[in-house]
Amino acid sequence: MSYLPYALAVWLFVVGLYGVVTSRNLIHLVVCLTVMQSSTYVLLLSIGYVNRATAPIFADVPRGTRAVDPVVQALTLTDVVVGVAVAALLLALSMQVQKHLGTTDPDELQQMHG
Amino acid sequence: MDVLVSLPVVVPLLTAAVLAASSHFLARRADDIAGIAAAAATTGLSIALVVQSLDHDLVYWFGGWKPRHGLALGVAFDVEPLSAALAALAGLLATAVFVYAWRYFDEVGTLFHVLMLVFLAALCGFVLSGDLFNMFVFFELMSVCAYALVGYGIEAAPLQGAINFAVTNTVGSMFFLSGIALLYGRTGALNLAQIGRVLAGHGADGLVLVSFGLLLAGFLIKAGAVPFHFWLADAYAVAPVPVCVLLSGVMSDLGLHAIARIYWPVYSGVFGADAGSLRAVLVGAGVLTALVGGTMAFFERDLKRMLAFVTISQVGVFLAGVGLLTARGLAGSTLMVLASGLVKGALFLAVGILVSRAGSDDELRLRGIGRRQRLPFAAACFFAGGLLVAGLPPFAAFPGWALLVRSAGDVGYSWLPAVLALAAALAGGPVLRAAARVFLGWGDADDPLLSKEPSAGEDEPDVPSSRLSPPLLFGPPLALLLLAVAFGFVPGLAGHATGWATRFEDRPAHAAEVLAGKPPAPVRSSGEQAGAAAYGYGFASTAGALAVAAFGLYRRRLPGGVRRLGGRVLEPPVATLKALHSGVIGDYVAWLTFGAATLGGLVVLAIRG
Repeated sequence: MSYLPYALAVWLFVVGLYGVVTSRNLIHLVVCLTVMQSSTYVLLLSIGYVNRATAPIFADVPRGTRAVDPVVQALTLTDVVVGVAVAALLLALSMQVQKHLGTTDPDELQQMHG
Repeated sequence: MDVLVSLPVVVPLLTAAVLAASSHFLARRADDIAGIAAAAATTGLSIALVVQSLDHDLVYWFGGWKPRHGLALGVAFDVEPLSAALAALAGLLATAVFVYAWRYFDEVGTLFHVLMLVFLAALCGFVLSGDLFNMFVFFELMSVCAYALVGYGIEAAPLQGAINFAVTNTVGSMFFLSGIALLYGRTGALNLAQIGRVLAGHGADGLVLVSFGLLLAGFLIKAGAVPFHFWLADAYAVAPVPVCVLLSGVMSDLGLHAIARIYWPVYSGVFGADAGSLRAVLVGAGVLTALVGGTMAFFERDLKRMLAFVTISQVGVFLAGVGLLTARGLAGSTLMVLASGLVKGALFLAVGILVSRAGSDDELRLRGIGRRQRLPFAAACFFAGGLLVAGLPPFAAFPGWALLVRSAGDVGYSWLPAVLALAAALAGGPVLRAAARVFLGWGDADDPLLSKEPSAGEDEPDVPSSRLSPPLLFGPPLALLLLAVAFGFVPGLAGHATGWATRFEDRPAHAAEVLAGKPPAPVRSSGEQAGAAAYGYGFASTAGALAVAAFGLYRRRLPGGVRRLGGRVLEPPVATLKALHSGVIGDYVAWLTFGAATLGGLVVLAIRG
């Protein structure tokens, strides 16, 4: 098992974070957030990965066949669903921002301070 | 009896599904009635769970997947009295909110009830779950419902608060999930008791430390501890009042309960030897949060935002209590959460009465409104709520406070109660000041120290302008307040809670109970008497709050020299602190990253150093 997937997960998290912090557009910000979220998918899947093993479907395979961990795949699926719900909600809010304020730049929403 | 365990989640969830499916055919008010019934049922069921779990945990394995040979594959609910009491608090506040919403909103739509019920189900599921990933699922469900509820009145102002809330908390849940992934990679288990059992055999290696840091950061973001608190003030300031009640009363505090729920079954075996250093980190974070929250509350004139900072300040106090890592600390903190959840609920609902009667939640604009309109119940809620937030003995949170004081002394943190009392004075003061200014018309009509006037559009969009039927509006806050006051007088509560917390923190016995079904040894509940010191701190913080309120009202009447000196000392740091709360999401996420990195570093230093 190489360290590459873990390095990739960290990299995705960091670039996504950089994007969220510096973003000047809400749509771009939401996309960066999904990039960050995908780092958790990579992390989960690589934790359950087993070298030279098949998918965890136990029909038509001899007993004792090595399979990758199905639990992390279930976790990843749940995470994907959650990610979609959050992204959809945030995009809907961004559209409302555009409609009401005529901008999608988070720095121009200056109602909250102090 | 087992089936009872899942009902606090199932009842609101099913009701929500039925409401959502049949919303087009429902008679008027059917959604209100269904909401009240489901929330009241959840409260009753949760109280039944408290009673059932007095002597031993209720462990319920979904689908009958019980552990074999101490190996858990199934998903479990693990109910003990402290968690069940938090679920009951959530149910109670939801009931009050549904009753209140009957007249508070003109046109709210069934969707509001559906979202609130799913939110309630998620809150209950989160506290009752004994499985790490199940906790994550409920955590996410509660987050997504909360984002939608905060942005419910789609106006310009709620949008920014809702977006800041959603983005920061999504990053938080990523931390949470990454922590789960690392723990699962190390132990191959998701059940809390089982993870703890596997970990106890290992040492505290880097991976375990990182997973703890990630989980801690995720929960503290949800709780709103400094420097993760920025989203909280923005979200609460814009959320509809009924939503604020549940957010402030339960959701923030569940993050802290989750820390205890993770630390004791999972990490206490590995970190046990270094608990002292870890205690310093958690208590330090709590003290910082309590003081920053109190200070910010003092400079706030928007009542909802002020109560948001009061919430942050109280979260700091509770975090310090949980962070003491003792049974008394956890018991005291939980009792304070329960009592102050009721108090904050009453305060937010009282703000709602002001908003609907006077069309504003701005302290200065509302000055003297109580003299022109008769608002005796809102006034009572505000004055009593302010005193209870300040910690007036022997009401509400006082039994918990006494436990916390004693626990701090036990572990050699005898300075802690004094600092937390100062924070309580800072948090209670602004509430009392606002009460005096709004209902009695005391103090100046303008105060440049307070933040600028909130921009237009912050007023509630859904509030009816018609005459309101009072009983449904003032009933719920008054009931919550009376319950909070009575909470201080439940006989023997402190002793019992300490006994439950002792059981909660006994990792090997808890693991044996969950994984092998072995009942725990009965814990004798020691009679806890509130010491003289606790009364002293309680009265001192109440007096301090009155002094803070008087200072806020009559600052200009101080002698000129004192005033100028105070201004020169106070203004620069306050201006800096306020500038940090910029409302820009990029800044918040940068702070969040900084906070998570610092926290992780401190945890590593505490355990390894």
